[in-house]
Amino acid sequence: MDLAILGTGLQPFGRHDGVTPIEMGVTAAQAALDDAGLGWGDVQLAFSGSLEVLQPDTMIRHMGLTGIPFTTLYNGCATGGNLLLSAANAITAGAGDIAIAIGMDKHPRGAFSVGDTLESIGLGQWYGETGLALNPQYFAMKTLRYMHDHGITEECLHRTAVKAFHNGSLTDHAWRRKAIPYDEIANSAMVCDPLRKFHFCSPSEGAAAVVLCRADVARRYTSQPVQLRADVFRTRLYGSFETLSPSMPVKSAPSPSVQASQAAFEMAGVGPEDIDVAQVQDTEVGHEIMHLAECGFCKDGEQEALVRDGETALDGRIPTNTDGGLLANGEPIGASGLRQVHEVCTQLRGRAGRHQVPGKPKTGFTHVYGFPGVSCVTVLSV
Amino acid sequence: MSTPPSGSVPIDAGPFAGSLESPRLRGSRCGACGETTFPAQRGCPSCTAQGCDEVELSTRGTLYTWTIQRFPPPVPYAGDTEDFVPFAVGYIELPEGVRVESRLTESDPARLAIGMEMELAIEPFAVDDEGHDVVTFAFAPIAAD
Repeated sequence: MDLAILGTGLQPFGRHDGVTPIEMGVTAAQAALDDAGLGWGDVQLAFSGSLEVLQPDTMIRHMGLTGIPFTTLYNGCATGGNLLLSAANAITAGAGDIAIAIGMDKHPRGAFSVGDTLESIGLGQWYGETGLALNPQYFAMKTLRYMHDHGITEECLHRTAVKAFHNGSLTDHAWRRKAIPYDEIANSAMVCDPLRKFHFCSPSEGAAAVVLCRADVARRYTSQPVQLRADVFRTRLYGSFETLSPSMPVKSAPSPSVQASQAAFEMAGVGPEDIDVAQVQDTEVGHEIMHLAECGFCKDGEQEALVRDGETALDGRIPTNTDGGLLANGEPIGASGLRQVHEVCTQLRGRAGRHQVPGKPKTGFTHVYGFPGVSCVTVLSV
Repeated sequence: MSTPPSGSVPIDAGPFAGSLESPRLRGSRCGACGETTFPAQRGCPSCTAQGCDEVELSTRGTLYTWTIQRFPPPVPYAGDTEDFVPFAVGYIELPEGVRVESRLTESDPARLAIGMEMELAIEPFAVDDEGHDVVTFAFAPIAAD
């Protein structure tokens, strides 16, 4: 894969009363283009995604009506990763040299709702009416079983949250910029056992954009291109444990995160041991912990020592969710995967300021996971 | 097996087989690979064959995992959200090789444990516009002798 990222941009995640998601998408796109040293007129292919905005491509009115193909897609929490993959595939297929991927969202406060009807996600209405259609239940139940099977303790959950909010406190654009002490996390209200209030991310608002081009033309535009070494999208196999599932088989299979990570490492020609900075989907601390193993950074159960020893901190062996992740930034679903790419590019270009990973990181990793069992992984390097 | 209150109505019939007095869950079994799915569906998610057969599932199993829903669920939850009472949810592993997600009748975390024996029951969880209890399936711990 010979592709390079020229620029990235954010509408920082948080709450932006009175600002529409389309406006946030425009802000992120302009920031990415400024970073790349390009204008909208240089863009030949565009891809956008959102949960709340039916047609995010309508933002083109504010960018310039240049007649380019502008595709929209939605794949739950994996939307951002799949936007970048679609841009990469289009360039590789010869449809153009320069593409932009833009994700945006603006969610109401409180837990995500599946909406009035479950027909749109292929489930019976009874499933929602009886109180089973909630992601936090899944997060909690997969975490509890994992703790039971692999000896992960509640301490590991709390320490993972401490690390997230600490990283957020060092990140100027983070939503939650206040470090939270261990005891406050450990004593926060139980939401879905064993997960507590400060173990969870919140739905939020924001946008992120990435400008991608053919690697052989990247140096024309920037002195600091980031190479997209791999971008892989996978859906669940029969037997993986997924959210919003009225049943699952006893026969088990690796999660889509495992499939996507293994394929991405193979495509990139590197292994988990080569990764200097990683972003993994952390809807709550349980999934950050499980994803560390699913993505190949440790074996099941090793997270207990890894987290206790600070190996996932900024100066650890595998710095993880260096901008505070979803816990400190919240999750605008359509934008989330591209925020991870923005953060890794910022780290690889040495521009992360107070939350910069030391030692000039060269290779980074992003991972999103979501309903109905989808995952996108990228490997990036300078 | 708990007895349903008089005048109660079930959630839509999809998941149910049998009667409210003697409830069963309706799943499907693939004739080609033998995998069981709940609720019933035509296509087999394991081997891609079409034309699975409907089957009634066992009423006893073990608790694979669980949690407590401690905040009122958003729409389309039909239960009371103003005087919300937390309830437990879990996956019950049945002999057919399928784990069924279900409300649990026991919501005290101290009385729930992975691996415990559970049995199918009927539980009221909402009241409809006419004042009838709306009931759904739930699994109850089997009391130790």
